[in-house]
Amino acid sequence: MKAFLKYREIWLAAAIIVLIGLISTRFPAFADPGNLRQVFNDTSILMILALGQMVVILTRSIDLSMASNLCFTGMVVAMLNAAHPAIPIPLLIVIALIVGLVLGAINGLLVWRLNIPSIVVTLGTLTIYRGATFVLSGGAWVNADKMSPDFIGFQRAAFLGIPVLSWIAILVIGLFFILMTRTALGRSIYAIGVNPTASVYTGIDVGRTKFIVFCISGMIGGLAGYLWISRYVIASVEVANGYELNIIAACVIGGISIAGGIGSVGGAVLGALFLGIISNALPVINISPFWQMAISGSAIILAVVLNARGERQQGRIILRKMEAA
Amino acid sequence: MTDIPAPRHIPDRLDKPLSSAIFSWEALLVVVAVAIFAINSFASPYFLDPYSLSDLTYNFTEKGLIAFAMALLIISGEIDLSVAAIIALTSTMMGMAVQAGAGTPVLVAIGIVVGLGCGAFNGLLVTRLGLPSIVVTIGTMSLFRGIAFIILGDQAYKGYPESFAFFGQGYVWWVVSFELVLFLIAAIVYWFLLHRTSFGRRVFAIGNNPVAAQFSGVRVGRIKFILFCLTGLMSGIASVLITSRLGSTRPSIAQGYELEVITMVVLGGVSILGGAGSIVGVVLAAFIMGLVTFGLGLLNVPGIVMSIFIGLLLIIVIALPIVWRRLRGNR
Repeated sequence: MKAFLKYREIWLAAAIIVLIGLISTRFPAFADPGNLRQVFNDTSILMILALGQMVVILTRSIDLSMASNLCFTGMVVAMLNAAHPAIPIPLLIVIALIVGLVLGAINGLLVWRLNIPSIVVTLGTLTIYRGATFVLSGGAWVNADKMSPDFIGFQRAAFLGIPVLSWIAILVIGLFFILMTRTALGRSIYAIGVNPTASVYTGIDVGRTKFIVFCISGMIGGLAGYLWISRYVIASVEVANGYELNIIAACVIGGISIAGGIGSVGGAVLGALFLGIISNALPVINISPFWQMAISGSAIILAVVLNARGERQQGRIILRKMEAA
Repeated sequence: MTDIPAPRHIPDRLDKPLSSAIFSWEALLVVVAVAIFAINSFASPYFLDPYSLSDLTYNFTEKGLIAFAMALLIISGEIDLSVAAIIALTSTMMGMAVQAGAGTPVLVAIGIVVGLGCGAFNGLLVTRLGLPSIVVTIGTMSLFRGIAFIILGDQAYKGYPESFAFFGQGYVWWVVSFELVLFLIAAIVYWFLLHRTSFGRRVFAIGNNPVAAQFSGVRVGRIKFILFCLTGLMSGIASVLITSRLGSTRPSIAQGYELEVITMVVLGGVSILGGAGSIVGVVLAAFIMGLVTFGLGLLNVPGIVMSIFIGLLLIIVIALPIVWRRLRGNR
């Protein structure tokens, strides 16, 4: 039981349940399964993005360009759809993944080949990708009436009573879970974060792995680009402006250490859910949405304080679970 | 943000002994600045005009003031993402004071005190609790701007007194604005502080090796706390200037400034990993960014496209010495 309580995810899940409980004292319908399903769906995009950011942060890097990548890719697929409505949606998603991958690979190459710190590279590409969106679109918007019904309807279609968007999120969570816990790449990512020098000696190519994580976060940014645009049915240069910090905030609340090496898929998902619940609950319990930033800011600070205490206690051994067994 | 104990990625001096003077980072920046200046003066007939050049300075003075303090903070190995939010909160407080009928001296005092207070809050969280500054300041960024949103909602505060307008709009002499004078004074003060005092030496020491600095008697926590306070203070002063220049406060004021300030600092040759950098570099970088945005503005290039150039400039200038050195190494 004591070992069980050591996991941050358990505490975070408990905090989320308490949060839902508190909200439902003011507004009982909030805890209704239908509504919670809705909250999950609303948070899906943030969860997906947080997972992409997580693998980058685990390797002691950071990707500030994710929201700009989302904006650029979203504009590409929206314009493609407006010009050629016949392109099937699955193909558009593949295009979004490829465009995102290319943008991520540019970040990755600069970090890998030129050894420029990731925070500098992605600070630069953050502004470049958003500017490129403007050049691409000429500053014009793509509105709902220019998008095909399929483009908008795809992620809203229900499958087994749950929207496709939620299914995509579940699929991505599953893939990341397998990546992080069942693959050599996942182990390398943790190893680099815990001790890059030791990783080199164990034969891990640190630069190449960092390149791969940027490709992953790029693809995630691209996927989120399609999902975001088709959900909010408007593509403009302003899309997701400043959202990169929300993504990092979700990771931080989820217990992912910004110093690398510590974090889990469950943590990233729960961190995003926590932020999602706050933004969903404020209007229904009659708190002005203007409070949202201050509340999530306080939550981040609180989470960091708790994280720092946790990290000190646990040490940083990646194979903790196996040792215990 | 510790990394592999590899060589510093952003060299402030290139390796060769003879070339070290000619090919210093600052020299590279001067070349870039002169090139952009020349391109600007050919591209637009309106550029080479004293009044036009004076307008140019407004593009960098406010962000540059914060960049000086941010440079010291980044050299010490920390970062502050909350500077723009501090501007918003400080400006909101000044707006509230105006509604209560406060005069110009009170407004300036509020700017300084609130900015300092926000910086101290960041500093306490980072140094007392030993938290990573990048996440602390992402948190306080939301917190400070969140408070501004709670107070203001979708309103705007106006009605600043006449005399208050001097800070952001006034001229000290001919076309030399008050903001520019303040920028130059701050540049000299920070240059002296970083390069000519033991305090500055300690800042470098902390950035290069905080543990060694601690053991050699440097009070790492206290110096970092002071640096956070300074960054907050400069943000407060910048808030006075911006609020005065705009004559109004909205909760979205100075949105996105934090990244521009950091870009300025990094472009100025300060290592994002800490331990290296110079104030001269930051002054040049501020000037370059002002030139780029102003020059493109004269050519009617929209702001969002300018950001492409700033981003490219950042990556190219950082990558240039690395590529150059690699080419020489391969020979």
